[in-house]
Amino acid sequence: MEDPLAGAEHIIEATHARKLYDDLVAVDDVTFSVARGELFGILGPNGAGKTSTIRMTYGASPLSGGSLRVFGLDIATEWRAIRERIGVCHQDDNLDTDMGVRENLEVFAGFFGLSRAEARKRASELLDFIELRHRETAQVNELSGGMMRRLVLARSLINEPELLILDEPTTGLDPQSRHQVWDRLTTLKERGVSILLTTHYMEEAARLCDRLVIIDHGRVLVEGKPRDLVAQYVGSQVIEMAPVSDAMREFAQARGLDHEVLGTRMILYCKDHEDLFRIVTERYCQGNCTLRMGTLEDVFLKLTGRELRE
Amino acid sequence: MSTAAPNLTWRFMRVWRRDWIVNLKSLHISFLVPLFEPVLYVAAFGVGFRLLIPQVTFSGLTVSYVAFMAPALIATSIMYNAFFENTFTSFVRMFYQKTYDAMLATPLSIEEVITGEIVWGATKSVMAAIVMTAVLAVCRLVAFPQGLLLVPLALLGGLAFGSIAMIFTGLVKHIDMFNLPIFLFLTPMFLFSGTFFPIDTLPDWAQRLAYTFPLTHLVTLARSMCFNLLTWKAALISGGYLVLFTGFCFPLALRVMRRRLIK
Repeated sequence: MEDPLAGAEHIIEATHARKLYDDLVAVDDVTFSVARGELFGILGPNGAGKTSTIRMTYGASPLSGGSLRVFGLDIATEWRAIRERIGVCHQDDNLDTDMGVRENLEVFAGFFGLSRAEARKRASELLDFIELRHRETAQVNELSGGMMRRLVLARSLINEPELLILDEPTTGLDPQSRHQVWDRLTTLKERGVSILLTTHYMEEAARLCDRLVIIDHGRVLVEGKPRDLVAQYVGSQVIEMAPVSDAMREFAQARGLDHEVLGTRMILYCKDHEDLFRIVTERYCQGNCTLRMGTLEDVFLKLTGRELRE
Repeated sequence: MSTAAPNLTWRFMRVWRRDWIVNLKSLHISFLVPLFEPVLYVAAFGVGFRLLIPQVTFSGLTVSYVAFMAPALIATSIMYNAFFENTFTSFVRMFYQKTYDAMLATPLSIEEVITGEIVWGATKSVMAAIVMTAVLAVCRLVAFPQGLLLVPLALLGGLAFGSIAMIFTGLVKHIDMFNLPIFLFLTPMFLFSGTFFPIDTLPDWAQRLAYTFPLTHLVTLARSMCFNLLTWKAALISGGYLVLFTGFCFPLALRVMRRRLIK
């Protein structure tokens, strides 16, 4: 396979990274690399190994095998130098509830060894950036979920990181807050910050990520640009019909069409069949029959299956 | 696999500073307890016990019961302050507030986080000891200059009890389980470490047992300091015991917490 990053500077290089917890294989074999300035996504169902991969990347969890380099440095030995230059946004809001909004930023700045004057200055800038200046004296548990998320984001930026690591940054947010977070991430990317992100939301990944991997059972299933993956695995258009008739099933099988039957519903990936929708609606449509764009969610479900993960 | 040495630097003071800043918000509460506790005890034992136990004899000295007991108040307060800070409070930060997880995404090692917490617990011991010493000095129950040694003693005692507290924090599954070490470890020490009566009134086997308690040595040192009677020998034996106890518990606390948090 052609290296999509040939010639580019690698910010993260995970090579056959592996993570075992006693008998459980959390990450089996994950290889990926992120170029400077890239927004890279890790997608996968629950338990696929996303968070373990993230935790290995910033050195909170030692690798059981393989190697992981950030900024060209080995995370196993040079974790401190690496962590000076990255920001991490955890999945759960682990803000310091013993302190106020501004204090959370200033004390966290202290963990990076920033002077008090510098901490104060950066806290002010970041409070403006996340539009939380008006709540700077509030206690953390007085904030809404969206505000907390923005504060976690601001906190992860306190050391002006070159690489930002975000574990499900918008889970549990309302659409307004989610869009605001996306907005900020786009701004950061424009400023040249490299971003590694995990998410459950395919729309989010498709919108934000330059490239992504879909992982499952601790292994990389596919890697690529969102649009390329859609084109390769589902095509630009998808037909959904319900209920699906036996005649339609026979038609799909006889023609060798790429399709999935889910109970009474059928999903048909059109790929190169421009006139398929016309044929299908004229001959086989009994109820609802819709033509829509192929999405990353189609790719995701096709590759990782539709069983529930718990 | 742990290479503790390079992982522990002065950066632990950044963690200490976080605890200090949070504590400043409730400073009045941290001072009220050590301020009034000795007053209450001195009043209760000074007034109420005076007729029952007029005097106590220890190391060839005959003193009032209040004067005998007062140094033990400082010693137990050193123990409780560090122990509670590094059990309940540290557990809340680790388990519920996920404060350590956030810190471990910064250039801090787990060893520095835990050291900062233990040194903070010892700081609370020192603050309590200073306030109590001042109160008891006003009551003429602390002699100087040796009374000033109670401050470094509080630091050493705080590190000792904070370290063993942190070991429990690294081991317990649930916050309620701290009642076990409190009942099996703290309470017997509180009662039998020469706190409320001289150890030599105990049977031989119990005396030998009592000398294995770290609190016994803390009380012994605090009492000799309060009477200006500290000898080099006592300082070496009891002080040496506390140093060894800390020297054993502190690295163990770091290892237990690393095993718990770095997975």
